[in-house]
This record gives sequence, structure tokens and C-alpha cells, in this order.
Amino acid sequence: MTIRLNGEPFQLAGPVTVTDLLTQLGIDPRRVAVEHNITVVKRGAYDTTLVREGDEVEVVNFVGGGAR
Amino acid sequence: MSSTDPLVIAGRTFQSRLIVGTGKYPTFRVMQQAHEASGADMVTVAVRRVNLTDRSQESLLDFIDTTRLFLLPNTAACYSADEAVRTARLGREAGLSNWVKLEVIGDERTLFPDNEGLLDATRILVKEGFVVLPYTNDDPVTCRKLEEAGAAAVMPLGAPIGSGLGIQNPNNISIIKEFARIPVIVDAGVGTASDAAFAMELGADAVLMNTGIAGAQDPIAMAQAMKLAVQAGRLAFRAGRIARRRYATASSPLEGVVGR
Repeated sequence: MTIRLNGEPFQLAGPVTVTDLLTQLGIDPRRVAVEHNITVVKRGAYDTTLVREGDEVEVVNFVGGGAR
Repeated sequence: MSSTDPLVIAGRTFQSRLIVGTGKYPTFRVMQQAHEASGADMVTVAVRRVNLTDRSQESLLDFIDTTRLFLLPNTAACYSADEAVRTARLGREAGLSNWVKLEVIGDERTLFPDNEGLLDATRILVKEGFVVLPYTNDDPVTCRKLEEAGAAAVMPLGAPIGSGLGIQNPNNISIIKEFARIPVIVDAGVGTASDAAFAMELGADAVLMNTGIAGAQDPIAMAQAMKLAVQAGRLAFRAGRIARRRYATASSPLEGVVGR
């Protein structure tokens, strides 16, 4: 099953919850925000939001940046 | 001193009138020390995709004590209202508040704002309950429109981001402050301490900078210099400076000079 993850194709065995996807990627859910098909996923919904074939997922975090 | 003259934005009180960024430091450790030296209590952060291939990278948040520093996510490198709104929503979810430093960039070389997109994004985000701090240029009309759109502060640039050119249009900055009923934060272009002091002398409520500190040869020393400069400039502003005159007015009495 293929999804788009952070702009790139990504293979999954089958549909997974956002929680499971983050676990698979080794990402701490408390330090990121997740977008599923252009909608921000609330932290409380990670366990219940299912990622399916063709979905677009963005996982972001805070990085250094400022007025520059 | 600062506790009697705090900065208040959207009902939240800050002791420091210096806001700093987190980008372009040589190391996160230097960044942490510079933050400490600056006395800032709010720092800006960017929102970016997690690096999925290199999971060993240090995390920015390991070097920021969020119980002492307020995180202000920005929408840096967003070139449309849509991108900025999307990024702001993600920043809210990743962070600890609904505050956003809103940037909608109109030009790659100057990084000047796209004010149309900025106004659109401000209206959308204000409606969604965000506390919006928009980065804009030194145009009093745009600043007024942003205030009317519900921005919590306006952030006119001193000069292009990272340019270090200082306050290019001081008259406009003081006019913006005169018209505004929300805080005015000079954001971008500060190169050295005197620029920051000058911004505060013009009446700015705060100064936001990143490159001026992070890019200095000694960021920690410069952070301290900026802290003092913002304090000095604010004190000078409140002290009420003398008028500018074309000719001299003597400081010492004219009578009683020996031999006259």
C-alpha cells in the first residue's frame, strides 16, 4: 500500500492508525504535528485516524528559525 | 526595571522587550546560551517536515526550556495565504499555544511580505482563534489594515530579513506607532545594538531579531548587548528626549566668565 509521506512515496503493509505510523517511524508523537489529507490531526485523534492507500500525510516539527 | 514596564500582547505579559529567533546558530548549545544572555522570554521557531531519513539529529526543543521561554511558531518561507494558514494550524498543534508569527513572503530576494496574502491569512487565522503577530513592511496603511483585521500586534520590518541594515525608515516606524492601538514590534533588519536601541527610541514596544545575534561573531556577547540596548532604548524613550535644534544652546551660564 502506498501513501505520500512528507512529499515522498512511502510503503505500508496496510492501513494503519497515525499512532502506529509514528511508532513505525520512531517518532515521538508529543514533538510533532500531523496533517492527514490537508487536515491537521488533533493529538487525541491519533489512535483513531486511519491512514489508507493514496493518503497524503505530513509530519512536522519545530526547527530553528527566526526573523533571520 | 522591566517588571514596572512589561510588554503586554493579547493579554499576556512579557518581562523582556526583546524577542529572538532560533535559526542560524553555530550549535544548539550556543543558541541556548545566547537565549539566556538575551533575557528574552519569547522565541520564534519554524515549522518543518520531520527528517525521516536521519533520525539521529538533535532536537531543537531539547535546548529550549518551554517552562521559561514562550514558543512562537512562525510561517517562514510561506509564499501564499494557503501555505501560511496550513503551517500555522500545524504549528498550533505541535506547540503549546494558539500564537503565530505570520509571514507571507512576496519576494525571494528581499523576503518582503506579500501584504495581500498577509491580510487574507490574518483574517482567516483570527477567525480560527489564533493570536496573530504579522510580519509586514513599514507601511502605516497596511499596519492599520492588519490591526482592523484583528492582529494582536503589528511587526513592521526595519530592513530586509538578515540584512543588518538597521532601521531604514524611522519616520514610518514612529508614524506606525502613533496610529496603532496594538503593540508595534520592529521585526527584521537589526544588525547591531544601536539599531535595537534606535527602534525602541522611536517608540517600538519590542524588537524581534535573529540574524543580528545568531550571525554575530560572538552570539552570546551580542545577545547581551541587544538585551542592554533594548532596555536603554526603552528607558530613553520613556525619559523624553530633548528636541533637536539646528544651533547650539549653551549648557553653562554666559555671565561671570573671568576676564570678560
